[in-house]
This record gives sequence, C-alpha cells and structure tokens, in this order.
Amino acid sequence: MIQIKQIHKSYITGQNSLHVLKGIDLEIKAGEMISIMGASGSGKSTLLNILGILDNYDSGEYFLDGVKINRLSERKAAQLRNKMLGFVFQSFNLVSFKNAMENVALPLYYQDVPRKKRNLIAMEYLERMGLKEWAHHLPNELSGGQKQRVAIARALIGKPKVILADEPTGALDSTTSLEVMDILQEVNATGITVIIVTHEHDIAMRTRKTIRITDGNITEVIVN
Amino acid sequence: MFEIDKWQEIYSTVRKNKLRTFLTGFSVAWGIFMLILLLGSGAGLENGVKEQFKGGATNGVWISSGTTSIQYKGLKIGRQIKFTNEDYKSIKSTVSGPDHISARLFLGNNLISYKNEYGSFFLSPCHPDYGIIKEVDIIQGRFLNNIDINEFRKVAVIGEKVKSSLFKGVDSVAMGKYIKINGVLFKVVGVFRDYSRNDDEQKRVYIPISTAQRVFQGKNEINQISFTTGDASAAEADLMIKKSKAVLSKMHTFDIEDNRAINVWNKNEEVRKFKALFAGIRLFIWIIGIGTIIAGIVGVSNIMMIVVKERTKEIGIRKSLGATPWSIVALIMQEAIVITSFAGYIGLVLGVGLLELIATKMPPSDFFRNPEADFSVAVMATFLLIIAGAIAGFFPAMKAARVNPVEALRDE
Ligand SMILES: Nc1ncnc2c1ncn2[C@@H]1O[C@H](COP(=O)(O)OP(=O)(O)O)[C@@H](O)[C@H]1O
Ligand SMILES: [Mg+2]
Repeated sequence: MIQIKQIHKSYITGQNSLHVLKGIDLEIKAGEMISIMGASGSGKSTLLNILGILDNYDSGEYFLDGVKINRLSERKAAQLRNKMLGFVFQSFNLVSFKNAMENVALPLYYQDVPRKKRNLIAMEYLERMGLKEWAHHLPNELSGGQKQRVAIARALIGKPKVILADEPTGALDSTTSLEVMDILQEVNATGITVIIVTHEHDIAMRTRKTIRITDGNITEVIVN
Repeated sequence: MFEIDKWQEIYSTVRKNKLRTFLTGFSVAWGIFMLILLLGSGAGLENGVKEQFKGGATNGVWISSGTTSIQYKGLKIGRQIKFTNEDYKSIKSTVSGPDHISARLFLGNNLISYKNEYGSFFLSPCHPDYGIIKEVDIIQGRFLNNIDINEFRKVAVIGEKVKSSLFKGVDSVAMGKYIKINGVLFKVVGVFRDYSRNDDEQKRVYIPISTAQRVFQGKNEINQISFTTGDASAAEADLMIKKSKAVLSKMHTFDIEDNRAINVWNKNEEVRKFKALFAGIRLFIWIIGIGTIIAGIVGVSNIMMIVVKERTKEIGIRKSLGATPWSIVALIMQEAIVITSFAGYIGLVLGVGLLELIATKMPPSDFFRNPEADFSVAVMATFLLIIAGAIAGFFPAMKAARVNPVEALRDE
C-alpha cells in the first residue's frame, strides 16, 4: 500500500536548516496496522504528514497504492486525500460550529454527495461509533472520547484505504484510550491500513508492528 | 459553483456566526443606504428646480423693457424704455428664426366678475402665439386666434381656478358666458390648466392684446416681447437675441450693451446651466457614494481577512478532508458576496423606504420635491454590490486557499 524510499525532509527557517528526516525507508502492506514511536521532535508527525500528502518531501520516492506521490498539484493532492486517506488527530480537529453529524458528513461534501444522502450516511457511521444520540450536538458538548470517535467516523466515511492517526489517544485518559484503540483495531479488521503515531508503549503494543524513529532515522522495527 | 449545497454550506456558517456576519454587512449596508439617500436627494433637488421651469417652452426667450443704465448719444441714464406695437412688428419682420412671437401687456390684477361672483385676477393681454410660447394647456374651447386680434374681439381665455371661483353650482358652465373685466364684458372662449405652482399663473385671464390696448389703455404700448427659437442651436438662438436687441436699440436709442435698458430671459440658457449643474451634482454624488461603498468593501475585506485567519484551522481541516484550493476560494468568495449583497440589499430597501417617507411626509418646497431613486439606480447598485462582494472576498479567499494544512493543524 505504502512504499517510501530514502525520504529526506528539511525545514528551513531563516538561515537555519533543520534536517528532520534523514533517509527513511518503509514498506507498509495493505491491511497492516503499524505504530510509529519516537521521542518528541524526532520527526514522527513530519513523516505522517508526508504520507498524508499534506506536506512535500525533499528527496526520495513515495508510492501510495502504486501512485507516485511527488509534488502533486494541490487539487490532485486534495482528491487523493479525499479518496484514499483518513486522518485522526490528537486534538480531534472537528469544525467547532458544525454538529457531530455535519462534521462526519464533511468529506462527502467534497465528493459532491447530496446533503440529505451524506447526512444519512453520517448517521450510519455515528451509530457504528455508538454516538447516534449525539449527532446533533456541537463538538464542545462532547467528551474527549466522543470527539475522537466522531473524528474516526469522519475519517472512515470516505471509505479510505489508509487511516493516519497522529497521537490519537494523546489527549485521552487511559480507559478512553483503550476504547479508541478498540475501534481502530475494528477498523483495521475491515481491511483498512492503519498507521498510528504514538509515544505510549501499551498503545504501540496493540499494533502488529512498531517502527521506532530516532533522530530522523528508523532505528528499530519490532513485530508485536 | 452555485449549486444549492454550497448555499446551504454558506448559510450554515453565516447563521452560526451572526455577530461576525452583522459586522461585516453593516458597513456595506451603510454605504448603499447613503448612496441611495444621496442620489434620491439629488433627484429631489433636480425635480424641485425642474418644477420651477414648468410652464413655458424650453426654447422661449422673453424680452422686457427696462430703464437705461449707460449714457448713449447724449441721452441721460435712467430713461424708461417703452415698447410699442412697432417694436413687435419690426422684430417679427426683420429678425429671422423665431417660429412663434407674441407681445404682452402687463395690466396686473383686475376685478373680474360673473353675476354675483367676483375676484381679482391677473389680466394678460397677448397675441395667439403666446399660447405656444407659454405652453398653455387648453382643456375647454380654444386659445386666442388672429381674428380675435384683427377684429378687436372681446373674448377671454380663463384659468381653471378663475373658472372655479366664478362659475359655481348650477352655473358651472363657463364656455360662451360673458364675464365683466373692469366693467367691460368679455366672452369666455376657452379654459386652460396651468401646471406651475405659481398662484398668479393659475389665476390668469388671457385676452387679445389689440382689444386690451383699445379698451383699457388707448395707446399702442406693450411691455414684453417673447418668442420661441424653434429647433435652433444655442448659438443661433443667441444670434436671434442679438438681432432683436439691435432692432430695439435702434428704435429706442440705447446702448446695445446696456443690460438694464431691456431685460432678456433666455430660458434655454437657464435650462442648460441647470442641466450642467445637476450633471455635476450627480457625478459628485456618485463619487461620494462609491467612495462610501469602497470604504465598505475595504471593511468587509478586512473583516473577511480576520475571518480567514480565525478559520485557518477549519480551512486546514477541510483541506485534509479533500477540499481543493478552488473550493476554499469559492467558499470565502461566496460568503463575501452573499453577505455584501444581502446587507447591501437591506441598505437599498431602507434607503428607498426613507426616501418614500420623505416624499410623502415632507411638503415639496421651491427647490426640493419628490426625492426618488429610480429602478435603473437600484439595478446599478445591485450590480455594484455583487462586484463589491467579489472584490471584498478576493484577497481573503486567496489567503485562505494558500493556507498550509500542516501548519493549520499542528497541535500546540
Ligand atoms: N514547519 C516547521 N518549520 C520548522 N521546523 C519544524 C516545522 N515542523 C516541525 N519542525 C521541527 O521538526 C522537528 C520534527 O517535528 P515533528 O515531526 O513534529 O516531531 P514529532 O511529531 O516527532 O514530535 C521538530 O524539531 C520541530 O520543531
Ligand atoms: Mg508530533
């Protein structure tokens, strides 16, 4: 599903250049569930953003489902994100003035699905997350765990092939974290590739493979 | 770009950010409100002045006699010029160009009665052509004719108000009746309506000038000569006036440059002056109005800039979910256009409403009546609004499209 070879990425701020990724090689097969671990600032989010076509890389190669991803137009990147990828963030990133259902339905808006239909589909996904009763609540009326489940529903509604989760449990207590991990495992069970960035060990343990990044390089691959 | 779903998307964001929307819209509403008010007031001013020009052909020239103010050929200053029938005849025969010409006698207000009803009305002896020069609107019978002049007929054409005050109740038919003017009987042959608001002009009685000279004056004096210039150009009309002046200056021995010996009123010139003045006023109003709207656009643009900044995270989210840059541009632009158009429309309605209120509640004065914003102005303003919205939205939308999702979504 995902092949990257010798990915390099530097951030240039003024005079300084920060070499964040120093030649990452990684192959992730369809249906895999892997975790990426590493110290804060080691480049985990940078890597995930490149995989999510939210950011460009400087050199190397990236294939997503056989498609070469290299300096795509914004339009093309947006289309690929919409069809192939689903994002889950630590801070949920729900649109604050839209209710749970509208948030979940948003990706379908960009697929030109009519409003009624996409709200109906969004309700199905919320039901799967056990949030049917909360469909018409705004994000600030939901608990952290509920928000993250809304975000996962939103990531799934476009039927993506890959879910990219950047510290999805970083803002949650341990019980809720486990619930969210249960859901992500269920998602993976349906055949969707799941990539989770985390720095919590018990979270990483629940994936099949853990990749450790140290100082911009993959230093360890552990099969759990 | 304009399918229903997009409108709903805009509607939901606008509805959920009421204060922001209100602030954005207010400046535009105000701008349009002021523009409509200014244009309406300008129209009111123009209508008021136009009213002053009513009654009388726009190509009319009126020459009245006065007193000399320049020494000429040894004759002293302050000599009163008195026109006679000879002046009228020689202008008529020697000056080419005027298509209608009439002399007038000023006899002032006179006691006029019919049976037991009487009143004081303005007596205006003249030639038949004066009906055309003054644009007298005959509603019954006829105006004076040449036979009246030649045969010194005692006939009168009376104003509607004269008729209504002399002919009342069972005796309301005026045509063919004899009215007494200073004790002399005149037959009513016509009734006219005068549109000018001047009371004196509505309470007027026209009689043949020849009859008036014979019956009331016993001389051949006249006070005014007037003519219309046909479809002559301004320069040609000026030439007619110059030739007439030359004729009169020769007959009465005064300096042709003496503007007080005779008094010329060229209506066409006055009308032209006012037209130029109002074209200037209109231009001025549009400049101010558009300036106000530009201030509104800048305001909207500024607020939209802040809005985009506020919504950076949301835009980042939308991009991560598959929003193309163009869809973001459309989102912001449409929001700006919708807000400006809607707010502007409210300003438009309020402006027109206030003008209507002024028009109905305020009595028309000499220089102000019927303030109005016509349909073409409303259409123009609507287009202006949509363009304004597009301009206001353009830069914020570009900024929004350039939002970097990675930076927008970074957890802090
Ligand atoms: N846009 C940016 N400009 C400059 N430096 C950045 C930028 N984004 C990240 N960095 C830096 O790159 C390094 C890696 O960041 P990140 O990938 O977010 O680390 P992690 O997610 O592993 O904590 C950090 O030192 C961070 O400060
Ligand atoms: Mg990170």
